[in-house]
Amino acid sequence: MTAPDGAETRAGATGLADGEWHRLHPATPLLRGGLALVAVAGILIANLRERLVEWFLPDLFCDDGEGYCGPSDPVTYLIDEGYLLVGLGAVLGIVLVVIAFFYVSWRMHTFRITAEVVEVRSGVLFRTHRKARLDRIQGVSINRPLFARLFGAARLEVEVAGQDANVQLAYLGNALSDGLRADILRLASGARAEAAGAPAPGAAAAGSLIDRRVQELLAPELDPNLAPPESVVRIPATRLIASSVLSVSAIFLVVAAGAAIMILVLGSTVAEGFYWTLFSLIPMVLGFGSYLVNRVLKFLRYSIAATPDGVRIGYGLLSTRNETLPPGRIHSVSVSQPLLWRPFDWWTIRVNRASRTSTGDGSQQAQQASVVLPVGTRADAFRVLGLVLPELVAAPSADETEAPAHADVLERGLAGRDSDADFTTSPRRAAVFRWFSWRRNGFALVPAAVLLRRGAIWRELAIVPTPRVQSVAIEQGPLARSLRLAGVVVHTVAGPVSTHVGALDATDAERLFRDAAGAAVAAAANDRTHRWRAGEA
Amino acid sequence: MTSPDDLAPAPGEAATGAEIDPVPGEWQRVSSKQVVVELVGLLVSAVFVVVGTGIPWLLSGVAWLVILPIAALVLHLAIAAFTPRRVRAIGYRLREDDLVVRKGIMFLRVVAVPYGRMQLVDINRGPVARAFRLSELKLVTAAAASHITIPGLPEADAEQLRDRLVELAESRRAGL
Repeated sequence: MTAPDGAETRAGATGLADGEWHRLHPATPLLRGGLALVAVAGILIANLRERLVEWFLPDLFCDDGEGYCGPSDPVTYLIDEGYLLVGLGAVLGIVLVVIAFFYVSWRMHTFRITAEVVEVRSGVLFRTHRKARLDRIQGVSINRPLFARLFGAARLEVEVAGQDANVQLAYLGNALSDGLRADILRLASGARAEAAGAPAPGAAAAGSLIDRRVQELLAPELDPNLAPPESVVRIPATRLIASSVLSVSAIFLVVAAGAAIMILVLGSTVAEGFYWTLFSLIPMVLGFGSYLVNRVLKFLRYSIAATPDGVRIGYGLLSTRNETLPPGRIHSVSVSQPLLWRPFDWWTIRVNRASRTSTGDGSQQAQQASVVLPVGTRADAFRVLGLVLPELVAAPSADETEAPAHADVLERGLAGRDSDADFTTSPRRAAVFRWFSWRRNGFALVPAAVLLRRGAIWRELAIVPTPRVQSVAIEQGPLARSLRLAGVVVHTVAGPVSTHVGALDATDAERLFRDAAGAAVAAAANDRTHRWRAGEA
Repeated sequence: MTSPDDLAPAPGEAATGAEIDPVPGEWQRVSSKQVVVELVGLLVSAVFVVVGTGIPWLLSGVAWLVILPIAALVLHLAIAAFTPRRVRAIGYRLREDDLVVRKGIMFLRVVAVPYGRMQLVDINRGPVARAFRLSELKLVTAAAASHITIPGLPEADAEQLRDRLVELAESRRAGL
């Protein structure tokens, strides 16, 4: 089922986006209930182990007919009372009912993709019908949990704005899901003309089933044909590990470990105290270890690249996930640098997005979905910024001669301080509120975005593209008023990026408020990203 | 309470120049009856809080515990004393492309929302506000932090304003 239908119809690479109802991968119920089934089988086997052993080696345990296989054992009871057939029949009946339910639920689970909407109908008793408008798509992601990945299946999620509002197509064959994503994005982009020579999915996937699986498992996370290589950013494993180790929690752990060793060295009189320290230290070590392993497993095969339909971010070693964010779906961006990363000039980039994935492991996944660059050098950060905010940073040209527009503004946003032609910073009297960062704390308004620069120790630059500004607020409390200061908040959809800049001179804050409000109106009127390729041929 | 000065200029601090006034000009003011609505709400809250904090004193008889209800009472009186000015400080203005709402005297906040960004407009009426035929208008954008409300609008005005805002939002429809 993983092989595509071959015929490239007018509907695109897969033929599934033709406005008709289609069904998902037949193994869907099995994959959805995958872990539960394995667990049930495990419990059954564990409980019946003695009995299985006894069947094959009858004289080992029960030579006197007593022991575990006494009358209390339900299986023995059934055999003794002559209900064996009834029991087997009941088990068979349950299995049949489950299979029938799976089959019916698979039959009833259908999806349809037209030029306007994506629809999914599911459920047997409680029917659900979910419909998402294509021009409201916030992104398309493909998840491959380890279990599904072994079976060559993938979960396609069409992300729309809102909490838990995603349309899920789970599960589809691997090649099919890639092709379908391309189709959905093409329809959503509003491009009228069919892109000539759409990538033939899974063309080289010949050979036996097992060969294909192995190939898929070992294939690079990012298809090399998909994106120009110069736009791809990757993270070396050493940097990923080092950046995790250089976090505040790691330093705290080292200090705690040092304290424990000190107590040990200082003699046995405080032995009891030592044990307490040890017991508090072990969970911390385990916690940090699992965090480290999770992070490394998650981001080891990280890649970000530009594709015609937006930025594609992929990661995951065992369970993989990749997302495609069409242009204009990123509501704000923060580039930040923890203190310990400064010697290496490493940065991390987070974004606010309108869709929130609440499937999977909840807030942690949501947290990670907002990370666009886990750790990267300044050059990497600039490249990623160029991908997520193409209108702010001109795409890196092949010859690298012309400097990207606004690059120097961003440069100063990351590491600069004091007012200049672009940035306006807090006045000296703001040092009351911003002890160390008053020379850095400030803002800049460029045509495409509002830049908010914060923090001297924990450097951060928050960027809000003007077409994504929802509203602008200016705030002033009594203390700030006595110092003629004020703060401005540029509201965007909720997320990890804070878009607030405080302790500005009141006049500057008023100017920022007026300019940002005006720029937001003007940019929103000219924004065409909901059908990002409608203008093309 | 106060004179129904619906078009009163901003309170006196503006003269000092310290108070922010990012969009100088006339503000649409809300009905002065809103003062009564807020005072009634405050009274209800005061009764509950003063009685609640007074219980330990009544039950234990420890003399200094009387501080709690007195402090609560003083706090409520202070808020009540500022209520007329706070209501007078609420203002809104429909500009060409956005709605600007201004609130607060101690903690001043001015928000500008482009019409195209409004996702929905709510009208809420509490029991007291209904007695005075007042409504509260609430605007929702895609950003939860926007948090824009205009209390104390006469019912007819609120509905008219809502229809006007919806119409404006429709004419300037934008994505997210």
